[in-house]
Amino acid sequence: MWALRGGRCLRAAWSWGGSRLARGATGGRQIDQNPEWQLEEQKPLPQKKVTMELLDHLERLALVDFRNWEGVERLEKAIQFADQLHEVNTEGIEPMDSVLENRCLYLRGDNITEGNCTKELLQNASQTAEEYFEAPPGNIPLPKLEERESFLQDSN
Amino acid sequence: MLRAALREVSTALKEGQVSPTELCQRCLSLIKATKCLNAYITVTEDTALRQAEESEKRYRRGQSLGDLDGIPVAVKDNFSTTGIETTCASNMLKGYIPPYNATVVQKLLDQGAVLIGKTNLDEFAMGSGSTDGIFGPVRNPWSYSKQYREKCGQNSHLENEDSSWLITGGSSGGSAAAVSSFTCFAALGSDTGGSTRNPAAHCGVVGLKPTYGLVSRHGLIPLVNSMDVPGILTRCVDDAATVLGVLAGHDPKDSTTVQDPFNPFKLPSVIDVGKLCIGIPKEYHIPGLSSETLKVWSKAADLFENAGARVIEVSLPHTCYSIVCYHVLCAAEVASNMARFDGLEYGHRSNMDKSTESMYAATRREGFNDVVRGRILSGNYFLLKQNYEKYFIKAQKVRRLIANDFVNVFSSGVDVLLTPTTLRDAVPYVEFIKEDNRTRSAQDDIFTQAANMSGLPAASIPTALSEKGLPIGLQFVGRAFQELQLLTVAKWFEKQAKFPILQLQEMLDHADALSHQKISLSS
Repeated sequence: MWALRGGRCLRAAWSWGGSRLARGATGGRQIDQNPEWQLEEQKPLPQKKVTMELLDHLERLALVDFRNWEGVERLEKAIQFADQLHEVNTEGIEPMDSVLENRCLYLRGDNITEGNCTKELLQNASQTAEEYFEAPPGNIPLPKLEERESFLQDSN
Repeated sequence: MLRAALREVSTALKEGQVSPTELCQRCLSLIKATKCLNAYITVTEDTALRQAEESEKRYRRGQSLGDLDGIPVAVKDNFSTTGIETTCASNMLKGYIPPYNATVVQKLLDQGAVLIGKTNLDEFAMGSGSTDGIFGPVRNPWSYSKQYREKCGQNSHLENEDSSWLITGGSSGGSAAAVSSFTCFAALGSDTGGSTRNPAAHCGVVGLKPTYGLVSRHGLIPLVNSMDVPGILTRCVDDAATVLGVLAGHDPKDSTTVQDPFNPFKLPSVIDVGKLCIGIPKEYHIPGLSSETLKVWSKAADLFENAGARVIEVSLPHTCYSIVCYHVLCAAEVASNMARFDGLEYGHRSNMDKSTESMYAATRREGFNDVVRGRILSGNYFLLKQNYEKYFIKAQKVRRLIANDFVNVFSSGVDVLLTPTTLRDAVPYVEFIKEDNRTRSAQDDIFTQAANMSGLPAASIPTALSEKGLPIGLQFVGRAFQELQLLTVAKWFEKQAKFPILQLQEMLDHADALSHQKISLSS
């Protein structure tokens, strides 16, 4: 299996075995019994160290927490896995946003077709006041790492 | 009757051989009997019976709405359903009751289908095992099948098997298990990286992922906007075509649905594959593929060739990068889509009230599980200013390369591609959880997610039983919007493969003994 094992990233290099199509006993075309890819284990990449600063930054942006070292490891593994993309030569290739890029998006006429569903929409909110969603005071930034409860703080 | 195909049941309903309420009752009893599978999160007993009664009235008046009138169907719990809790198997949406129906759900209901329940999944459809939701994992009905137990020499006490039951695959595992165990005739799943086809292969049912843009995503709680598609799970290809006929078509509420007119089709009964060209992508033969699956795949290729089709090896050179590309794009879009869950308008809300920021943070901390949080954080990493070009844009460029691979292959004369759906048959749960969710997804989605990247239609067809007596499925990938051709080929193959019916009677007898109610599949 060429997925990540343990904490190390196995960079899988695939060398093409060349096209071999074996003829089966019935004379039918068979799928080549040998895998096309040969797994070559290379030395593990130096582990990219994610800084505490970066982790704090991500927690603020995402507004979710890492919770424990496993969470941080998960991120590190994800980054190492994604680094394989850099092997691909994408010179002169345009990024693809959508598979339907050659079509026009549907735009409907600017007519009001539905609405007046305030009651239904407010029903699902846990705190409302009259016709408003109630929120705690805004414009207060998330406390700094030292001041908030985060596993990152304990590991500082 | 419960094992019959949609058309047969529909005819039986029209002729009065069985009534919609009877059918509904039987499915509901079967759901109770197969409760240990944990396929359903919500069983909508009252609503279903009411819908069945209305269907019955229509049949009596001779005014049935179509092939789906009175047919029990299940819907994955990430589709919004009016008045019925929609949780996505997450604490974030526990208790959330949508005020509207997803378009695909509405279309089913408009045709008179009876919504029997919402099925279990991985939390927010992130996963390939249906093991990571808050309602617990889904068990593969084949764990209790005569076929599996005979091969594995198990004795008939269900309690002994409590540790060796198999996963369904994911993330639409509940839907696949529901269809596989005969508790409904069709189920909706969602497919972002293979989430419909993977459990279809493991549970021995047909899993169809339509072309991106053919079926509306309105009401499907989004994971990856550029790849999500509602998926269809049924027990045979004809049924999948019937359901697709109801669901496909432009939806003004989803601007990513194409405006081309869609004509529902009926698959021909006599099919000649002689003029077809079947492509076998050589890069799909990877080291991790089980020898059994390889054998099944080879036999299938031979089958087509012996029938006169041209079977050629083709190349999709960027296949090995597609899983990495998917990983980056998925995380990035997830990070964006999950931002809507802040506790203000719906869903879970934390008691923290010092500030909106801290309330959002606490809500999301409490509402999401490790997998979801992990993907959000990775996604945010890939979207950081310093990483945007390196990861996100790079992945989008690689996506184009992958999509172009398919375009090149299909423009060279290939009609349909034939590949395995999964690396091997279903594994026991205890083995599956040894690796973490991301590793598993990277392994299990390998054959399926390229179709999502390129937006092409794909279907997993149950092909044969493994040595352990478990289903192995093969995947057909077709040209964009050519579902008719794809399903025609699939139907021909299904007829040749003659995949055996799941034999669950022993499990039901055991359940009988517990509940003193006789439930038989043969009536």
